[in-house]
Amino acid sequence: MDDAELIARLRRGDEQAFEGLITAHHAAMLRIAQTFVPTRGLAEEVVQETWVGMLRGLDRFEGRSSLKTWLYAILINQARSIAGREHRTVPFDHTDAARAEDPARFAPDGSWTQPPVPFTEEVEERLAHAPMLAQLDAALDNLPPAQRLVVTLRDIEQLTSEEVCTMLAITPANQRVLLHRGRTGLRRSIEALLEGKD
Amino acid sequence: MPLLYADLACRDAVELATDYLEGALAWRQRRSYERHLRNCPNCRAHFEQIRTMVATLGNIEPEALSPAAQQDLMDVFRKYRDDQAHDPDREPPGS
Repeated sequence: MDDAELIARLRRGDEQAFEGLITAHHAAMLRIAQTFVPTRGLAEEVVQETWVGMLRGLDRFEGRSSLKTWLYAILINQARSIAGREHRTVPFDHTDAARAEDPARFAPDGSWTQPPVPFTEEVEERLAHAPMLAQLDAALDNLPPAQRLVVTLRDIEQLTSEEVCTMLAITPANQRVLLHRGRTGLRRSIEALLEGKD
Repeated sequence: MPLLYADLACRDAVELATDYLEGALAWRQRRSYERHLRNCPNCRAHFEQIRTMVATLGNIEPEALSPAAQQDLMDVFRKYRDDQAHDPDREPPGS
């Protein structure tokens, strides 16, 4: 079903259409909301308010963006508003020159002194299954919020770079820095797990 | 140690993985990074691990919505539908 048809069905009050939409997006929205607010309860409030906001705006939605992008934009506005009420903001400025990888792992000439712990076939295999995925998910929770948000939107929810930059009002370069730091942080957390196992 | 790929140090190469995957490197930088990867097994492993992270994150399953939460949301939707039906400013659907 394309967006235009889905929107027409929602406007007609089609319950199945709405049910499909929440099945497709609710969990992802909850995940995103949790990067902005400190508790699960507040994240649920954000998502609930987002659905209400979406339904209120449905008659005015002109389809200039995809329904998903529009929905997530409402979500982020809601999340920011509720986070603001809780005196919490997600900082997006990254003008510092810090590196994603730990500089202590390189010699003064810039070559590796502690190279990456290899991901063997067995590790790759484990990464495809629930226990290791749960550990990755936990590592994701430990990333700084802006990194977690960008990794969630790009790599888990598979939004495009353009969509994420628009939604978060950040530059493409800033988005790539956050994405790379987030991915690197996760790579290192898996590496740490592997080292712990030896 | 004379290296063929010494124009780019490993410490700097590892910072380019996402820019490379995003197609955000200038032609010369991209060539330099690719040459570095061909010659440096550690940076190649690093790059593959970043790619593995991206692929793995794409496999994280969304948590299932509880029946109670689903019911609450359907109530929100029904309320929207009822409010619409009683909104005198709104044209009837399909008109």
